[in-house]
Amino acid sequence: MDKKEEFRKDVRAWLGDNCPPSLCDKGVEFSAGLSLKHRNGDSKIWLERMAAKGWTAPTWPTQYGGGGLSFAENAILLKELRRINAPIPLAGMGLVMIGPTLLELGTEEQKQCHLPKITSGEVSWCQGYSEPNAGSDLANLQTKAEDKGDHFLINGSKIWTSGAMHADWMFCLVRTDFNVQKQKGISFVLFPMTDPGVTRKPIKLISGDSLFCQVFFDDVKAKKEDLVGKLNQGWTVGKRLLEFERSSIGSGSIGIGSSVGVNLVDIAQRYRGDDEGKIEDPLLRNQVVQHEMNSRSFNASTQRLMAELKTGKTPGFATSVMKYYSSEMTQKKSEMMVSILGQNGLGREGDEFNTQELAITKRWLFDKAFTIAGGSSEVQLNIIAKRILDLPV
Amino acid sequence: MALTLNEEQQLLSDSAKDFFSKSMPVSLLRELRDNDNELGYSESHWKEMIELGWGGIVVPEAFGGLDFGYQGLGVVLEEAGRTLAASPLFTTCVLGGASLALAGSEQQKSELLPLIVSGELLFALAIEESATHGPKRTKTSAIKIDKGYRITGDKTFVLDGHIANKLVVVTRTSGEAGSEEGLTLFLVDRDSSGIEITQRKMVDSRNASDISFRDVEVSSSEMLGTLDQGYSVLDNVLSIAQICYASEMLGSMQEAFERTVEYIKTRVQFDVPLGSFQVLQHRAAKMYVEIDLCKSIVIAALSALDDDANANELGQHASLVKAKVTETFNLVSSEAIQMHGGIGMTDEEEIGFFLKRARVAEHTLGDIRYHQNRYGDLIGI
Repeated sequence: MDKKEEFRKDVRAWLGDNCPPSLCDKGVEFSAGLSLKHRNGDSKIWLERMAAKGWTAPTWPTQYGGGGLSFAENAILLKELRRINAPIPLAGMGLVMIGPTLLELGTEEQKQCHLPKITSGEVSWCQGYSEPNAGSDLANLQTKAEDKGDHFLINGSKIWTSGAMHADWMFCLVRTDFNVQKQKGISFVLFPMTDPGVTRKPIKLISGDSLFCQVFFDDVKAKKEDLVGKLNQGWTVGKRLLEFERSSIGSGSIGIGSSVGVNLVDIAQRYRGDDEGKIEDPLLRNQVVQHEMNSRSFNASTQRLMAELKTGKTPGFATSVMKYYSSEMTQKKSEMMVSILGQNGLGREGDEFNTQELAITKRWLFDKAFTIAGGSSEVQLNIIAKRILDLPV
Repeated sequence: MALTLNEEQQLLSDSAKDFFSKSMPVSLLRELRDNDNELGYSESHWKEMIELGWGGIVVPEAFGGLDFGYQGLGVVLEEAGRTLAASPLFTTCVLGGASLALAGSEQQKSELLPLIVSGELLFALAIEESATHGPKRTKTSAIKIDKGYRITGDKTFVLDGHIANKLVVVTRTSGEAGSEEGLTLFLVDRDSSGIEITQRKMVDSRNASDISFRDVEVSSSEMLGTLDQGYSVLDNVLSIAQICYASEMLGSMQEAFERTVEYIKTRVQFDVPLGSFQVLQHRAAKMYVEIDLCKSIVIAALSALDDDANANELGQHASLVKAKVTETFNLVSSEAIQMHGGIGMTDEEEIGFFLKRARVAEHTLGDIRYHQNRYGDLIGI
């Protein structure tokens, strides 16, 4: 048996012994985004076991709580998890955004201080980027950080902060110099959300849910050792993190960008297909086929990007391509699903609509965020035009 | 699945780029067109391609080939696409070569494959009978006679039909037009009595012919594959061909796109380069995204060919690439003309060659609708 097969065998055996069967049942509600303290029962056990193994962050170095796996081994692990329909134990911005950024740009102390608490699920993170007057024009951000010797004193406000209600820490872009070109006066800091100067206010969205907050800072303190990168060079750190964010939205690995469990072909066949699953309406069939083709093309691109990463290339601006395409595609897909359901896809609440119908409606409204968050589609197209195609400013 | 080129494939790609850009630029196609060249390709350049070994890239070593795989052939075709190089490479090595490799008897293979590698024989696939692709609609009949079969029917839009020495002819030996059952392939010499070949002058200046068969007699030994069971092997040959053809289209569309981006960077209007306008930047960026996806699906499809994927899988790959690449090439070639503005309308500027190629390519081996339908069938909706 070769090494890969041996690893697969070990993984399979370990998962068999350690993954609570209740979680492998698709019907169970499971939010991988919750930190350890918000969990109970099997969900908690699953996180603790996987974290102890280092498999909440399988490819991170073991000294920071990772699994130290190679890409190939990680692929085997993911495949084995899918095989038994096991949920990923942990998701969130710690794992896919600030973690990879610290691994690449953080000091040794920052890595040791923050990474193990991410992999263990002890601490969850939120992102302080957008402000009321700094959305697509992110570099216009005005949240002020004053140098107070051993710490920065932060005043201002962030908006569209996903998961801020439950987050323990924030990574945040702040202005440390108001007298230079806007990109050159920004720094990247970390601070706990438990700071008494932090106030969180949920924002109710068009879907009816409140997934984002506005966060206000009133003399919030960030320690000097929690400055990531150099002073006034936070824009570079922040952009690198966005590349990690885009690639995760692109690949659906933070749980958004792909409507898990709801498949367009299934919906089309169930609502508009005959007994054998043939869709008679040729226009609808064609739309579904086109979406399937696009989705498959996108998957091929994701796989090609992964293959290129293995040869040592960095993702760079390719993440803009992925983010743009997947968010547009996901949005079209949810539009199509609502359209297939007809008026049943347009319920607000109540038992007259079934759970899946209401979920599809919510999804459709929520998916509108994908082409806005993480750099709008227009911003991604600007990046592609300027950075990849080198078109003149 | 290999989604990146290995070192040897990269070397092949580099040398193909070098060869086509230096020896067979777009101006060569213009020259063939303007001189009304009867062959529609340059024999001396074809000879050079053969000397480079490209006739045998996918042919097994046992038959004198390199056995280098479809990813290798794909990169050569892609580079050929960049300069719109006209040569028998696709018709002979892909259509002819795959028909022989998949359907041929050991004797047919050992007799003919080495002649493909050496460039001595040129092949064409006589399949279409109307202006749109439809292999199941074949009516051309092959009727059993004493010594073999007698073929009668009219084939049209046969790529390289008038330069081929050997024709692979799709015939109906039983069943009704529209049925998969009853198709049989034959190898027919172009000099056989009863064959009449008429060239069609296509807008892309590449070769196509109408071929009429009137009581053309072939011996039973010229049958390629099994009587009445030709469809399944033909379906695979067509999948291979669609994937390879899409590789060539991928090269053409990238070239058209790169030329267009270069043009809007340098063309100044309103005192600024056209490319500084966001409306053009976003259109260019969207094309880039689509092209990038096309690259991924083409390399995945070529890789599936080398991995011997099953017929359904290959069919899905083939229809996916042919539909998406066609769609994107159409978009890119139309935008190319628009972004070039008035100069793009002139024959002197080469960009128009790409537009014309795109539309002929669209209808070769199945248009977008054909492949969307086929894909839908293959995934069972």
